[in-house]
Amino acid sequence: MGRYIARRLLQAIPMLFLISIVLFALINLAPGGPLAGHSRSRHIRPERAEMLKRQFGLDQPYFLNWSELTRLKPIGFLTRTQYSVWLIGNDWMKVDADGDGIREEHGERWGILRGDFGFSFQTRQPALERIVEHLPNTVYLMGVTLIVVAIIAIPVGVISAVKQYSVFDIIVTTLSFMGQAIPEFWLGLILILVFYAWLDNPFTGEPLLPSGGMSTLGIEFSLWDWIKHLILPVAMGAVGWVAWYSRFLRSGMLDVLHMDYIRTARAKGLRERVVLYRHALKNAIIPLLTIFALDLPYIFAGSLYVELLFSWPGMGRLYYQAAVKRDYPVLMAVLTIGAGIMIFSNLLADIAYGLVDPRVRYD
Amino acid sequence: MSNRQTLENTAEHGFALETDDRMPAHEGMTRMIWRRFRHHPGAVAGSVVLGLLVLSIALVSFSPYDPEASDVPSRLQSPSLEHPFGTDPLGRDLLTRVLYGGRISLAVGLMVVAITLVIGVPVGAVAGYFGGWVDNILMRITDAALSLPALLVLILLSAILRETELPLVQRNSVLTIALVIGLLSWMTVARLVRAAFLTIREKEFVIAAYCIGASNLRIMVRHILPNAVGPIIVESTLEVAWAIMEESGLSFLGFGIQPPTPSWGNLLSNAQAHLTKHPWLAIFPGLMIFLAIIAINYIGDGLRDALDPFKVLKQVGEV
Repeated sequence: MGRYIARRLLQAIPMLFLISIVLFALINLAPGGPLAGHSRSRHIRPERAEMLKRQFGLDQPYFLNWSELTRLKPIGFLTRTQYSVWLIGNDWMKVDADGDGIREEHGERWGILRGDFGFSFQTRQPALERIVEHLPNTVYLMGVTLIVVAIIAIPVGVISAVKQYSVFDIIVTTLSFMGQAIPEFWLGLILILVFYAWLDNPFTGEPLLPSGGMSTLGIEFSLWDWIKHLILPVAMGAVGWVAWYSRFLRSGMLDVLHMDYIRTARAKGLRERVVLYRHALKNAIIPLLTIFALDLPYIFAGSLYVELLFSWPGMGRLYYQAAVKRDYPVLMAVLTIGAGIMIFSNLLADIAYGLVDPRVRYD
Repeated sequence: MSNRQTLENTAEHGFALETDDRMPAHEGMTRMIWRRFRHHPGAVAGSVVLGLLVLSIALVSFSPYDPEASDVPSRLQSPSLEHPFGTDPLGRDLLTRVLYGGRISLAVGLMVVAITLVIGVPVGAVAGYFGGWVDNILMRITDAALSLPALLVLILLSAILRETELPLVQRNSVLTIALVIGLLSWMTVARLVRAAFLTIREKEFVIAAYCIGASNLRIMVRHILPNAVGPIIVESTLEVAWAIMEESGLSFLGFGIQPPTPSWGNLLSNAQAHLTKHPWLAIFPGLMIFLAIIAINYIGDGLRDALDPFKVLKQVGEV
């Protein structure tokens, strides 16, 4: 097991390296460059543009510095590039900060390997700091959503498997097909339409539920206010997940229910609830665990549509705004960390599978 | 058919199949698949809905209204006999625009599947057939592509291409969007085809073909691929639905198909500003996405039951 994990982690390193190169290339494919979205007015003076470029290191080539090679400096060929500065920083070499052709002082970047994702073009904060600002909001929203999903999907999946072909089962199956087909962003619009625009609170005459934000601004903290702001985003995010998970659990349960050990448990005279939730569910939920581990990256990236529609200050919205404003360091940071989490949760899925199912062996 | 098998069907597909046990022994493969498909209620309903949708999308050319010319005096009308879905802020008939948008959305869906197949089938076939280091390299590339956060990269790519003027991929045309989505979704097909090739290449008929001197290409294309076609068809069908959803999402975010060309996603996006006062602008395009996707999903489900090669073989008595 230990060797297996170590091997997988070692495999992840070249893969992340490869992914980061591809992402870096993709981002820099964009015509116009980052400065197109950087300044408030698109017409900045050329000398100021030059200065900004140097400041952000954008005057360097992306991957390979051929001019260094012609000067017979093979290390500079690889290190005096944007990608290299992004990866390992430039604080260990002298750079030309003022553009006079003389390299007089050391650079300031540390590189992502030492936790420096560069500075956001928009706010001039470290990119990592912006992520740290937004991440808790996303984890909060997605955490609540997942709990709601589990509370609904597990019993629904179990019951519709046990009462196969019953009216309940048919309704659930149909609903889960619908839940999987409904576009998340449309569902959000409809929810806002119904609960914000059409329905009013009968006592105050205000809209029944707020249409955005995490809490009402300018009032004291109240739990009810926070819950009210959660209901619609959570509902919007949960529908698809509930549909998918309950259907998955249903088929898992059906596989398990005719196993011999279930018959044994019944024959021993155990109560039906114990049989179902202790003996059957434990085994039926194994495949669901894998699916869940693969869904983990969403807790990091958040649901873009939910966060945009409900102006939720989370990761999804951060990424969207960074894409619109061409904030390259933030984009790269979110993408790289996202890919890292994706690879990590794949590994986690495989490990979790082995932990809960001793029949699985690693080689 | 045993009770156990019915149970399995239901476990996998959520539907009890009305399987006909009195099947004539000489029934051909195609007829058998068709019969099984016909007996899947969801698949039949899905086919009817999708058929009607495609028909109305085809007939929209005869609509009395122009999808792009504005007619300001009749702006923002509620649904009526004249304009069944109402009119938009520029006075254009929403029904016409929604149906034209359907053209775009379905076209994107089909093109994505074509791209997916063009990349995924060869990658999976070569990896599964040759194995060894070829398999290793191809599958590591597939894994890397799967590790990209799909929606985030999709947004990035289309944000980039939105401002690019290349000869083929101009300003997020249908082709551009289909390319972008397709480039990020061939991995499932590749894995599926690889798995099928891995198992089928060990079969006797493949060894026999090899023995009589068939070339690798011929074995792959003529002997193995036809036996792997079932799962590929099912996956492609579901892929259409997925691609439609992705395209609508991208267009909803403003990174997809650009107005004035209507697509279901950008119709929804434009409806946001008028949501409270003119809700029909948002309701109808979304409803179309929903209908199209649920119909395609049900068809895919029915196809999966009808094409399941293992089940077919069992009925023919091969296994």
